[in-house]
Amino acid sequence: MGDTPQRSAHAGTGGTRVASSHEWPAGASARVAETSGNPGNREPGLGGGGALPRARAFGAERAFRGLTLAAGTAVLVVIAAIAVFLIAKAVPALRANTESFWTFEGWFPNENPPKFGIGALAFGTVLTALLALLMAVPVAMGIALYLSHYAPRRLGNGLGFLIDLLAAVPSVVFGLWGRDYFAQPIADLSTWLNRYFGWIPIFGEGPYGNSILLGSVVLAIMVLPIITSLSREVFRQTPTANEEAALALGATRWEMIRTAVLPYGRPGVIAAVMLGLGRALGETIALALTLGSTYAISFNILQSGGNSIAANIANRFAEANDTGRGALIASGLVLFAITLIVNITARAIIYRRREFTESAA
Amino acid sequence: MTTTVTSHRPQPPAQPVTLRAKRLPAYAAPAVAVVALLVAAGIVYGAGIGGPVLVVVLGALLYLAGLYAAANAVEGRRSARNRTWSALIHSAFVLAVLPLASVVWTLVSKGAERLDGNFFLTSMNNIGARDANGGAYHAIVGTLEQVGIAALITVPLGVLCAIYVVEYGRGRFAFTIRFFVDVMTGIPSIVTGLFVLAFWVLIVSPFFNDGRPGFSGFAAALALSVLMLPTVVRSSEEMLRLVPAPLREGAYALGVPKWKTVLRVVLPTALPGIVTGIMLAIARAAGETAPVLLVAGGGAAINFNPFENNQSSLALFVYQQAGEASKYSPARAWTAALTLVALVLILTVAAKLLARRNRLGR
Repeated sequence: MGDTPQRSAHAGTGGTRVASSHEWPAGASARVAETSGNPGNREPGLGGGGALPRARAFGAERAFRGLTLAAGTAVLVVIAAIAVFLIAKAVPALRANTESFWTFEGWFPNENPPKFGIGALAFGTVLTALLALLMAVPVAMGIALYLSHYAPRRLGNGLGFLIDLLAAVPSVVFGLWGRDYFAQPIADLSTWLNRYFGWIPIFGEGPYGNSILLGSVVLAIMVLPIITSLSREVFRQTPTANEEAALALGATRWEMIRTAVLPYGRPGVIAAVMLGLGRALGETIALALTLGSTYAISFNILQSGGNSIAANIANRFAEANDTGRGALIASGLVLFAITLIVNITARAIIYRRREFTESAA
Repeated sequence: MTTTVTSHRPQPPAQPVTLRAKRLPAYAAPAVAVVALLVAAGIVYGAGIGGPVLVVVLGALLYLAGLYAAANAVEGRRSARNRTWSALIHSAFVLAVLPLASVVWTLVSKGAERLDGNFFLTSMNNIGARDANGGAYHAIVGTLEQVGIAALITVPLGVLCAIYVVEYGRGRFAFTIRFFVDVMTGIPSIVTGLFVLAFWVLIVSPFFNDGRPGFSGFAAALALSVLMLPTVVRSSEEMLRLVPAPLREGAYALGVPKWKTVLRVVLPTALPGIVTGIMLAIARAAGETAPVLLVAGGGAAINFNPFENNQSSLALFVYQQAGEASKYSPARAWTAALTLVALVLILTVAAKLLARRNRLGR
């Protein structure tokens, strides 16, 4: 597309109603333009074949262009505003903090003197998100491949639609289910793991209940449909020619997937996983309902406890005073920074590989 | 795919050349499965290390190993790999379906408990811990108003932004906008909640509210619109790019100014796709709890005015009821969750059906 079609050798004839003036029969306007013969004729409605409206300093074109530009800029403004306002509210609380914000394990911003630290929360956030992805990604890849390349087409489409619907289910539902109906099976599993694999440090002693394991399994179940639905989209877009070429060379179905489908879908899958990671890092309510809300860094994923930045904000917001709010906003700023880094990295990877799969990402 | 031809191993001279590879008989896979389950049961119960769940898990692992061994012996390594991966992919599907089905089943069975008129026509005002009734009317009102206002803010802004990126944007600035829209997709909902808390509730709204922080439904709508904006922009952008260039060129050739071409030719063509994207964004926003929790206040009474006083929302209602220590609150929470899921799913299904009618296609 070129720029606006407004520059012409005969600029100046006719008004902006060139195309919309239907009161003249076809061709009439051209005749009028011919007979008028005056290039400086500015009468509106006369139109003019071959003549285009001149660029005006304050015309509708400029106004509309400015409007869209403003809307585009608004996105940048919002991102900048998020950073600015979070920092503005976080700094006073951070100044008032009497312990190290990075290493102190505890959250007492409402007391005098206020003490709070992000270390344990950031650790819990990253740990639960990584564990969730560790569980969800292989399974999601499996389902996506099943739906796109193994299941009969009808079944695949139907189930794919269901997965899309599950991806839209609000996280609070998963959290409620995890707390009320999934805690017991996970506690049983924890007991079993501890009895037979207790020599691995992460499977430590109880009490079992609202543990990191429960939180991350619920998180995994929650991000599973999201990653699946995006990866399936990507796998389905593999060019049929690539697949058939692989099969024609005698590849088995798995070899075809490994050599044709997976390389093609890689950027899209990375994007899907990163989106899942973003969701998992920022997930609030599901973790607020399933984690034990303690402030200690512990690798024992079976024991009741664990916490994440977002869950802590949801849990402690109601009781927060002014400093407390500032402290929660400061923790949110850290979360914002973490997700921003993850996202920018992911986008950089995808943009670099975009020429390979234009629409997959 | 004869192993004799493709394998790198030297061919045994005595073996006759066959055109068809040897294949495992059809009963082999079920037989391996049965044997694996029996062996697993023997091991688990013999050693007394677990129950039926462990039998199934161990049986599945043994099945994979046995299948690989059997296929490797008869059909060769490549086919064995193929069979094993195929079995793994199928088992991944089964593994994932179980918890998801459990979530859906719990949601429907528990949610049906309080699915009565009272639930939809009353609020939680004056409902104590020992009262069995009480409903989500105030929360439904809140959700609809907040999501509606958020859509009113986001839709024009998002669509205009997409128009800028696709039709007008050039060079580095447009690229920056696209990049940050993508980045914005990943901002956690709680952060948008905190942003509106810091910006609107704590700094701007005290000017209208006698210096007190003004928690309101409008604040929640602001947070939701920040959340919806990148989704709307991305989907609109994709749809606008799909509009065929000849349509635009035809309009230009007729002398139509660019802005009118965009508004009268490009937008109507892309409209079904854009509406689909908007509906999906609305569905996602309607299910968000975290931002509403931080900025809406979450009252128990009906409040039709989104600009003043606390308001609740369905998602927040679920969360609050989940945390309450009344024996009646779980039923309310599940019914509200069911209502919320129904609302979200209706929007999603409608969006998907609309997308199917979209002539532009992907």
